[in-house]
Amino acid sequence: MWISKTIFNHFKSRLNFTPNYAPLSLLSPRRFASTIAQNPSTFNSIHDANQQVIDFPGGTVKFIPEMRFISESSPQRIPCYRVLDDDGQPLANNFVQVSEEVAVRMYSNMVTLQIMDTIFYEAQRQGRISFYATTIGEEAINIASAAALTRDDVIFPQYREPGPLLWRGFTLQEIAHQCFSNKYDNGKGRQMPIHYGSNKHNYFTVASTVATQVPHAVGAAYSLKMDKKDACSITYFGDGGSSEGDFHAALNFAAVMEAPVIFLCRNNGWAISTPTSDQFRSDGVVVKGQAYGVRSIRVDGNDALAIYNAVQAAREMAISEERPVLIEALTYRVGHHSTSDDSTKYRPANEIEWWRLARDPVARFRKWIERNGWWNDMAESELRNSLRQQLLHSIQVAENIEKPPIEDIFNDVYDVPPSNLREQEQWVKDTIKKHPLDYPENISA
Amino acid sequence: MATLFQGLPSSTAFSSSNKFNHAPAPTSFSGTWNNERKSSIVTVRSDARWSPVLNSATHKPQRLITNAVATKADSSLASTSSKPGHELLLFEALREGLEEEMERDPCVCVMGEDVGHYGGSYKVTKGLATKFGDLRVLDTPIAENSFTGMGIGAAMTGLRPIIEGMNMGFLLLAFNQISNNCGMLHYTSGGQFKIPAVIRGPGGVGRQLGAEHSQRLESYFQSIPGIQMVACSTPYNAKGLMKAAIRSENPVILFEHVLLYNLKDRIPDEEYVLSLEEAEMVRPGEHVTILTYSRMRYHVMQAAKTLVNKGYDPEVIDIRSLKPFDLHTIGKSVKKTHRVLIVEECMRTGGIGASLTAAITENFNDDLDAPIVCLSSQDVPTPYAGTLEEWTVVQPAQIVTAVEQLCQ
Repeated sequence: MWISKTIFNHFKSRLNFTPNYAPLSLLSPRRFASTIAQNPSTFNSIHDANQQVIDFPGGTVKFIPEMRFISESSPQRIPCYRVLDDDGQPLANNFVQVSEEVAVRMYSNMVTLQIMDTIFYEAQRQGRISFYATTIGEEAINIASAAALTRDDVIFPQYREPGPLLWRGFTLQEIAHQCFSNKYDNGKGRQMPIHYGSNKHNYFTVASTVATQVPHAVGAAYSLKMDKKDACSITYFGDGGSSEGDFHAALNFAAVMEAPVIFLCRNNGWAISTPTSDQFRSDGVVVKGQAYGVRSIRVDGNDALAIYNAVQAAREMAISEERPVLIEALTYRVGHHSTSDDSTKYRPANEIEWWRLARDPVARFRKWIERNGWWNDMAESELRNSLRQQLLHSIQVAENIEKPPIEDIFNDVYDVPPSNLREQEQWVKDTIKKHPLDYPENISA
Repeated sequence: MATLFQGLPSSTAFSSSNKFNHAPAPTSFSGTWNNERKSSIVTVRSDARWSPVLNSATHKPQRLITNAVATKADSSLASTSSKPGHELLLFEALREGLEEEMERDPCVCVMGEDVGHYGGSYKVTKGLATKFGDLRVLDTPIAENSFTGMGIGAAMTGLRPIIEGMNMGFLLLAFNQISNNCGMLHYTSGGQFKIPAVIRGPGGVGRQLGAEHSQRLESYFQSIPGIQMVACSTPYNAKGLMKAAIRSENPVILFEHVLLYNLKDRIPDEEYVLSLEEAEMVRPGEHVTILTYSRMRYHVMQAAKTLVNKGYDPEVIDIRSLKPFDLHTIGKSVKKTHRVLIVEECMRTGGIGASLTAAITENFNDDLDAPIVCLSSQDVPTPYAGTLEEWTVVQPAQIVTAVEQLCQ
């Protein structure tokens, strides 16, 4: 017997079972008191010769004499959940109703995002900021997902999700400060434009690295679970991001650790110039959830109400059942990848136009709220004009504010600057003093 | 070399602004964890001096009688000690430090492969999962980049994770998270999110572990801004540095060595925390400054025995703090001896020795009577065959020869 008697007796005393099942117990997962034992059914499986089962580490499986390969694809793609049709008409009545106040607020935020993107993109083209990336076409995902969460839920964005920040009260002026890297930027001018971050809003600073935020969200969920908070974490990433190793390991971890995290994939069809057909050969990202033991759903990403419903349900599951949930939101990246990209080089301009006009999530949601009597043309033009004014003003203000001081190159590398950094700071200041004409004027030394 | 050090008032060589003012008082004898001179045991100076460092000119150095192997406490130092301390192995010292910090602060948690049930592949976390539950001592699947990322996310949300790499070499997979996120997010977020994580694990050349398991990661990581790096070498400094690393608000990488885990020594019963930025004076001397860290400390001390017999008086400093260097201690030594020998396990190109050579040359060039000599491993992957492996690591005989040549 390769099992020593002591180990056998140890397990025997821990789990009440009869000696016939001894081998199974040694294959069962060992857990300590602080977590729930999983798969109690493995202890009680019946070793019945007629059943054609065999036990391996991980549980019992049936065996069959036929060699059956699982197909690489299903005959049908996973269907997509939607609430409103392209015309903004509800398809059924089984969705969570959104109040007028919330709906109008959602719509205004979607419009804000749309106009903000247009104006900042123009500002980059005019050379006023160095870089920008728009969220055009994905306003519903951005705003509706945020609307379904609470302020305590922590957000780990990729870089195409400023919507949740807007929803939570980050102002257009603060957006402008970040894009202009002036001294009022939360990030103190250290990151590129659109790399927002605000601990007050529970929105973690954007890092340019792709998909590194996905395991961060799992770690945060683990932290929330340890503190038993009524909150979850949510992380966003694109179809391209789902190819990164971090995505796979994070989903795996979250399932194993039973962490309350929502993985929201914005499958917008393009990773810069790489279409999804070159990104993966699976049926999108939603099918990958089951591979890791993660509950998943595919949603129409341009349907604000569908996103709202799905995220709300996912949040409930994540927190009360302590499980991760994967949501794949199908959508289209109407804008270029960023201001450094011209997507007409790799996709037809008429395809872009079609998505921009015929499948605009903002217009679709507007039809729904107008039909409910909550919105009209006048409100629309007032909102758009007011936003334009606000944005142009914010940009003008941000543009004229001083850049952060030299010290901010060296602060926050550590909690307290060490002597070598203080020395390096002094060298920079001395150099600027010696050659003032070689340095910009709006640096405060 | 670990001799018993008494509680000494001290200052750090790092920065006068107080790095340690956030922690509440530890529960045991040593008093509050702050930088004031009048406090009781806090940061412990590596030399046996009673006065603050800056007044050292008025004191004569006391010669420590040391061996390359850990011994019992020297009686001249131990005279003021009322407690003899307790003996343990280095991995137990690490565990003790870890356990004390986990008891003290419920936010401290551990994550890594096989750290929970199994107790860690080098037993550093043995018994902790049973004591604290397996949510606080978390077994992770095999994905270093991702569980390091998880640790970063947890740290940003308020926990203080200790991320264990089963072997430091595996952390190469975590380089993206360590460099781009761990080292950077505090800075790029404008100071909004902090990452008080500790990344630790065994590295260095072991006994025929093969090239992939004999990496010296300190040379790869030393450039990353935003992280601190320390290397422990004795049970005493292992425990002290572990505790200091956990309490630090910055991400700290703690380098342990595969071959030092079973080193036995006596450490104080009282609580103590060492400074992350200080070097340790192992053996004061007059003729030459030998700078080393981790396992090479023992090769140096072995060579020192031979050198003493030959009439040389080497000063041996275990630099301990790999990033930033304790240029204060090092500089003082250079000004005294005027000759520097660096003994490291890193490869020649781009290792800690290379950076240290540059730093000393830049800062203390006028105090040098001879060019700095750096003994390091060759730029080769570590071979498996025992004899070959031995020759890729600096041996005491080479150290003796180098000192003789340097002191001509």
